[in-house]
Amino acid sequence: MNNGNMLLAAPEFWVLIMACVILIVDLFLSKERRGIIHMLAMLTLVFAAIITARGDYGTGGLASETAFNGSFIRDSMGDVLKLFSYLILGLVYIYSKFCLRQFRMFRADFYTLSLFALLGVMLLISANSLVTIYLGLELISLSSYALVAYDRDSKMGSEAAMKYFVLGSMASGMLLYGMSMIYGATGTLDLQQIAAAVSELGSDNYLLIFGLVFLVVGLAFKLGVVPFHMWIPDVYQGAPVATTLFIASVPKMAAFAMAFRLLQTGLSDLQHDWSQMISILVVLSIILGNLAAIAQTNIKRMLAYSTISHMGFVLMGLLPGTASGFGAGMFYVIVYSMMSAAAFGMIILLSARGVEADKIDDFKGLNQRNSWYAAVMAMVMFSMAGVPVFVGFFAKWLVIKAALDAGLFWLAIVAVVFSVVGAFYYLRIVKLMYFDEPVSEAEIDAPVDFRAAISLNGIMMLGLGIFSSSLIAICMASFGA
Amino acid sequence: MASNWPILSVLIWLPIIGGLAVIAVGEHRAALARLLALVIAGLTFILSIMLFTGFDTSTAAMQFTEHKPWIETFDIFYSLGVDGFSVPLILLTTFFGVLVVIAGWEVIQQKVNQYMAAFLIMEGLMVGVFSALDAMLFYVFFEAMLIPMFLVIGMWGGPRRVYATIKFFLYTFLGSVFMLIGLIYLYIQSGSWSILDWHQFPLTLEVQKWLFLGFLAAFSVKIPMWPVHTWLPDAHVEAPTGGSVVLAAIMLKIGGYGFIRFSLPVTPDASAALDWLIITLSLIAVVYIGFVALVQQDMKKLIAYSSISHMGFVTLGMFIAFAIFQNTESGRGAALGVEGAMVQMISHGFVSGALFLCVGVLYDRLHSRMIADYGGVANTMPWFAAFAVLFFMANAGLPGTSGFVGEFMVILAAFQANFWYAFLAAITLILGAAYSLWLVKRVIFGEVTSNDVAMLEDINAREALVLGTLAIAVLLVGVWPEPLVNLMHASVEQLLQHIQQPKFSVAGI
Repeated sequence: MNNGNMLLAAPEFWVLIMACVILIVDLFLSKERRGIIHMLAMLTLVFAAIITARGDYGTGGLASETAFNGSFIRDSMGDVLKLFSYLILGLVYIYSKFCLRQFRMFRADFYTLSLFALLGVMLLISANSLVTIYLGLELISLSSYALVAYDRDSKMGSEAAMKYFVLGSMASGMLLYGMSMIYGATGTLDLQQIAAAVSELGSDNYLLIFGLVFLVVGLAFKLGVVPFHMWIPDVYQGAPVATTLFIASVPKMAAFAMAFRLLQTGLSDLQHDWSQMISILVVLSIILGNLAAIAQTNIKRMLAYSTISHMGFVLMGLLPGTASGFGAGMFYVIVYSMMSAAAFGMIILLSARGVEADKIDDFKGLNQRNSWYAAVMAMVMFSMAGVPVFVGFFAKWLVIKAALDAGLFWLAIVAVVFSVVGAFYYLRIVKLMYFDEPVSEAEIDAPVDFRAAISLNGIMMLGLGIFSSSLIAICMASFGA
Repeated sequence: MASNWPILSVLIWLPIIGGLAVIAVGEHRAALARLLALVIAGLTFILSIMLFTGFDTSTAAMQFTEHKPWIETFDIFYSLGVDGFSVPLILLTTFFGVLVVIAGWEVIQQKVNQYMAAFLIMEGLMVGVFSALDAMLFYVFFEAMLIPMFLVIGMWGGPRRVYATIKFFLYTFLGSVFMLIGLIYLYIQSGSWSILDWHQFPLTLEVQKWLFLGFLAAFSVKIPMWPVHTWLPDAHVEAPTGGSVVLAAIMLKIGGYGFIRFSLPVTPDASAALDWLIITLSLIAVVYIGFVALVQQDMKKLIAYSSISHMGFVTLGMFIAFAIFQNTESGRGAALGVEGAMVQMISHGFVSGALFLCVGVLYDRLHSRMIADYGGVANTMPWFAAFAVLFFMANAGLPGTSGFVGEFMVILAAFQANFWYAFLAAITLILGAAYSLWLVKRVIFGEVTSNDVAMLEDINAREALVLGTLAIAVLLVGVWPEPLVNLMHASVEQLLQHIQQPKFSVAGI
């Protein structure tokens, strides 16, 4: 038994400890001083980032290393994704603090639950065995179920949480079933050993293919791609906006990592099989996500459908099974999380006095109320639509290039045509903000940290677009492309 | 004549950063915003003249080049340079940059800072399109340009502005994504994004045809060609005057420029094989759309249709080259055709811009664009009438105006390709004269038809300045087009030489 260097998991330990500390500290705080929780959580993220970024933990080098009997892996892809998870969770905290205060829901539970979810995200990102994958996934899911039902008195919230829980459990079941078959065929839980066993067994082993089907189904449920997407719109709409903001951003990065670990690290010899399944998921998601979003009048629902199509794009990067494709998918998922955080941040900004601004009409005339916030939202929308020079364009471009590299012309054409369809509903938001008269003249006010964060988040859409070079290079380098 | 400082970058980024500065001035200091916008636009124009004076007309090589890494992982460079095709178009862009600011001076009262900024940013992006030598950079400018135009039409446009602007955006976006696939494919094959590398990159005819169709999807919507032109009348009618001017004078030219920069040199064999398609569409545009223009009730719509018809000449002039090569030994007519197309683009820029400004002048006074609401304007606005008649004459292709030069060159070249091409193209001279002069008769001359017209005041100094400048430009190009033709001659010769050599034989495939 070789546990390896347990320090490789230092960031995970730190987040775990701090989540417990916050849980306890909260007991001793009066209601007025709960701001301390927020500061503690932010501090957690900052130190987690420092620990992660410090790199070598005395082991030297940035090559991938495993610990805990090979069930935990630390590599540069994992580090980059973790760093972005901290960053985006930091934004989420800043946005949701304002929101929770307004809705009188500012309790420490939100922070502990989301920190546990972050722990799950980190585990999933670093998972190197089926058990770790499942562990990380359930940690995220269980925390998220609770977060969706965070507003106890909301009927919609409870309904959404139930739906999420039932469907999520079913997906977990599918995933476990698939894992058990893979285990049955290969006799190991370690992804590297699975890969070795699969190459010996050959790719026409029925048990393996069966297991793979269930794995992909479970994965698709968690990613929320068509036809396993039904829970997404309801959960996004029903959950309090602070929760939606969280589940629409950080866990997506973990989902990408999970897909990569399972499909590429573990089952790359079955690439021919899983890429066929995934191509169907991709096409359906991009088509249905973009078409259904057009019909929505609730912006949370609209963004939910847009998430579905974006996840289709992320999977499209995985599809060819090439290093540059994975890099493209990773870039896409990071960019998507940022865009999504900014979009939900804007919804929070417009929500006033306990009423969520979740109708698209709430954005009417925003340019006349405050032209800077309108510009931020416009940048986010254009970025989501994939219009250059915003960063969303580069994400789409990389993914489409990966598809063309693999000779998948028809897929690329479907993707671009439906991103034009998608452009329509993003443009509609811009239209409401710029071309329509405001329905409310209420002053838009927010604390200074909120304003700074949302401005920064908006500028990142443009800045990361113009200076996309280094982030692209980092993502590509993570896979050696 | 390579100067040491990056003049092209300055021409791109000065208006863009200046535009952001204008936004920062704020909504309530409109006067300052206008002034700042004028200063920036003026400075940009003055600097752009250095391109003209410093340009070496004896070579077709790219000049004023800049080359810096942008996204190194995928070999994308921030690569700029101009040749004889781009310099005139850049000058046209910066020239209209100034005019548009002046034209919107008093007319725009709402959100002046955003209006001015949108035009400045658009100007910078359009200069970027004309000077990008890296296909990715080109594409980024090409698409980013849609955003300010989308906002301009939507925010300051007419009653159906939302429909028009979304249609405009989605049409152009849909066209260009097909080009994007083509561009990415070319990169995957060639390992470079440099447009000049692509000119030399061998491709099979099959591949070329697909690429050609991809380019066609983007540029035919932009220019626009029949039958994908329907966004243009809507956009023009709903756009504010400045928006219409930029749309007609410059944005449409980007389509033509795209054909010259991408379609012809990158896929020459496909262009030769599919020239019948372009020629047919062009002739349909010239003749059919000419007839459509004849029946319009709305002045802006009429000018919009006349634009489509005139842009048909541009594509015709470019693609008759292949037929001329076949018919004649020397192929000298081909140069005439391409040069004619370029002159036509510049001239149409001046003329259509001026016409939209004229309609803008009337619209500002009576808030109507309907021909039927006017009549006898010459009686109350003699100065305006003089300018308007000149511009409509130029639109009809009257000798001595710029409109004549381009059309004449193209028709002359078309005779060497095929008599019927020339015959059909020449019909436009009749049609153009018909719809232009009929409009002049109904709007400008005759009795004063209503009290509103009787109350009209003649153009003020600002409007006179704008229209006067354009009148000079129209006449100058009309009587002395030589400097313009000289500017592009070397580049045209090189392009024609290039497209005569089949690319697939180089590849040995």
